[in-house]
Amino acid sequence: MGPESTADREGSPIVEVRNLQTAFFTEKETIRAVDGISFDVVPGRTVGIVGESGSGKTVTARSLMGLVGRPGRVLRGSSIRFRHLETVREYASRFPGRTADLTDPSVEPADLLDRIDATPETFGYDDPRDVPVAEVVAAGYADGLGLADGDDCVFVTEGEPNEPETITDGFVEISRLDGEPQRLIRGGRIAMVFQDPLTSLNPVYTVGNQIVEALRLHRGLRGAEATREAARLLEDVGIPDAGRRVEEYPHQFSGGMRQRAVIAMALACQPEVLICDEPTTALDVTIQAQILELLAEIQERRDLAIVFITHDMGVIANVSDRVNVVYAGEIVETAGVEALFDEPKHPYTRGLLRSIPGRQTGDRLETIEGNVPTPNEPATYCRFAPRCPEAFEACESVHPQAVSVGDGDDHAAACLLYPEELSRTAAVDHHRERTHGGDG
Amino acid sequence: MSQERLSADRPTTTDEVMVEVRELKTYYEGGGLFGGTPVKAVDGVSFDIHRGETLGLVGESGCGKTTLGRTLIQLEDATAGEVRFDGVDVTTLRGDELYEWRRNAQMVFQDPDSSLNDRLTVGEIVREPLDVHERGSPEERRRRVRELLDAVGLRPEHYYRYPHQFSGGQRQRIGIARTLSLEPEFVVLDEPVSALDVSVQAEIINLLEDLQAEFGLTYLFIAHDLSVVRHICDRVAVMYLGHIMEIGPTEELFTDPANPYTHALLSAIPEPDPTNDRERITLHGTPPNPRYPPSGCPFSTRCPARIRPDRYENLDDELWTAINTLREVLRERQRAERSVRERLRARLGKETRFGAIEETREELFGDLELPPEVRTAIDEVIDHAADHDERRALARLAEEFGSVCDGEGTPAEPELHAVGEGGRRSFCHRHADGYREPDRVLDARQ
Repeated sequence: MGPESTADREGSPIVEVRNLQTAFFTEKETIRAVDGISFDVVPGRTVGIVGESGSGKTVTARSLMGLVGRPGRVLRGSSIRFRHLETVREYASRFPGRTADLTDPSVEPADLLDRIDATPETFGYDDPRDVPVAEVVAAGYADGLGLADGDDCVFVTEGEPNEPETITDGFVEISRLDGEPQRLIRGGRIAMVFQDPLTSLNPVYTVGNQIVEALRLHRGLRGAEATREAARLLEDVGIPDAGRRVEEYPHQFSGGMRQRAVIAMALACQPEVLICDEPTTALDVTIQAQILELLAEIQERRDLAIVFITHDMGVIANVSDRVNVVYAGEIVETAGVEALFDEPKHPYTRGLLRSIPGRQTGDRLETIEGNVPTPNEPATYCRFAPRCPEAFEACESVHPQAVSVGDGDDHAAACLLYPEELSRTAAVDHHRERTHGGDG
Repeated sequence: MSQERLSADRPTTTDEVMVEVRELKTYYEGGGLFGGTPVKAVDGVSFDIHRGETLGLVGESGCGKTTLGRTLIQLEDATAGEVRFDGVDVTTLRGDELYEWRRNAQMVFQDPDSSLNDRLTVGEIVREPLDVHERGSPEERRRRVRELLDAVGLRPEHYYRYPHQFSGGQRQRIGIARTLSLEPEFVVLDEPVSALDVSVQAEIINLLEDLQAEFGLTYLFIAHDLSVVRHICDRVAVMYLGHIMEIGPTEELFTDPANPYTHALLSAIPEPDPTNDRERITLHGTPPNPRYPPSGCPFSTRCPARIRPDRYENLDDELWTAINTLREVLRERQRAERSVRERLRARLGKETRFGAIEETREELFGDLELPPEVRTAIDEVIDHAADHDERRALARLAEEFGSVCDGEGTPAEPELHAVGEGGRRSFCHRHADGYREPDRVLDARQ
């Protein structure tokens, strides 16, 4: 079964990331910083992305924001679908020229896949007939199919695109945005909090000024009204004496206060999704506790969907509902937070958890030998194999696919040791088969 | 506590005192023409370090832990007090004596990127201290460097490479090799693993433990990551605003903290266990500016177990939070420098950023029910503040709501009370007779 198609239903995703590939083209090599990542972002929930430095966490976040600059770009076949119905309607009415009507495509998905030389697995389905045409088109295969123009970014799958209020299903494809539609989403619908609050605030403007700038751009507020709103926002994120603080410069704020101000700025435009890229890494534990508490409070109040990126397993355990463990650009394990900490399946996840001091009883800390490799070629093998304590011969030649490893579909690991019920050879064959399908 | 650690009896630890620190103060002067108010980075600390042990030094940023570490090995000049290494007060050493002594005490820095010279090869970096101190012939020096590279887990061919060719973990190994080149007895490790990923961090910690056993080193391990400290340290000192709040054996301090600050710090660590729903003590606000520390106990402005005046003991906790925030706001206002323009605007009766105290009052106390005597007191405080007389406003606030913690009694500062069994000491008024112990208060106020 494919993912739920209607937005605004309880528990259904607001952002669907599918097969996201972001590569950087340098003279020396092509670095596949993000190499086929898929996950959902659900309102009111927090999805955690955890991994070591160099694993592609930040590039994932920047791809979601459309902040990947040259020499990097999001590759064809990637799709980031923003399924917020209100936004789809607004976009359909504001940008009719960039809206594609896919309510009744007279194309069979299977034919379509043949024509673009792709397999259903690329889109996360087993059966070609299940693949929604819209998803194929959104993933950059529009050209030559006659279904959408090159710059279309709004896809309507139910309802009449010319009468926006009748639209009941559709999405905005973030990877195809540019110009005005891009600016409206970035900051307005999806906002981001960066690691270092001092570098994300401009030292020559007052904090209030910087919040007012966002308010003016996205909500059209001006003058005293905007200043009052800025003070209210600062108050909302727990900054006392906000009326005075609005007039102060970033250097007059402490580290924790600065991060609060950055969060206030991110919330200024009432976004649906908040991406937090290591928001507490530069802070002390006591201040970190305050910021985590604040984020939880805001999430509850606004039903905000949060993507939380960190390398700290302790923080992930505290904030996430769902966790994706990334390694060298790929998700190696995804699970609900309790399942992940309770029964980690992938050797990398186990290694990460074991190397935390305090979680082990022995006198020596267990380590993962070696470093995260730079993913500079397509994965035809397990990228973790050189460091893996459980690696065997096949790990060098077969690329592991995500397989279900727990009860239900929501715990998956990409490792040749699984599925556990199969013998090792059968398991390897299982992965090999699915990989070869993927090559087309 | 959820995890147990097999307490590692390190045979190298002895009871012989190696470093005695007595009433040490390090102030950074204001720098202006007339000196100005100094920053009290380290404000009177006393403790011992035993030969062969690892003493952890933890605290939030700005608490003075790095300054303390640097003062111990004379990278900063002490303002007052003594640091005695094997009986010699090193704060009085000058010139050649200091130069000779320095071989004995070395430091590993936090950031391996900025503490290695990019233009030197690894071999040159590690050899530099040997060259400076003219140890042996060039041939012997090269041999010594190779031994050191081997000891920290680098290969001989790394001798001719440059730091940028190494990963963060390997660079930290280079830094450690350089530190050990003069065979010091005492090493200050200033957040040696903070910049590293967990798996690399574990490797470096293992290496440090191996080296300690091999060379009989004594460590002062400065960190803000408490789980690392719990793993590697024999004893821990918790610092806050230039003071040591609690010091004692690691396991005892982690499992049964005495000082309210230690309680709060420990409870703020996010446990890598999602099922853990232990009550967290969230501290409000940030540490005070060390240029203007509060009178009395340094932690009194944020303390969750602060002693309250008898007549207000049963006041609502929310109301206390609001009162504490008000005090913070007033202290902030008192310190904030007012520009000429703002003074002019105030003179002309125009609205300034300092004009909004009434709003702040509304924001803090608007939703709360105030008993009449509290209301009267708060009104007076706000009146003073509205006249821009923060000093009187604070005095009024202290008069009404202050206690021994705010320096109302004598002595103003708490004493280091002995707690627990392993010679642990805690810096808190609550350990004195007549008050409830901090943990009981914290439980009651949760």
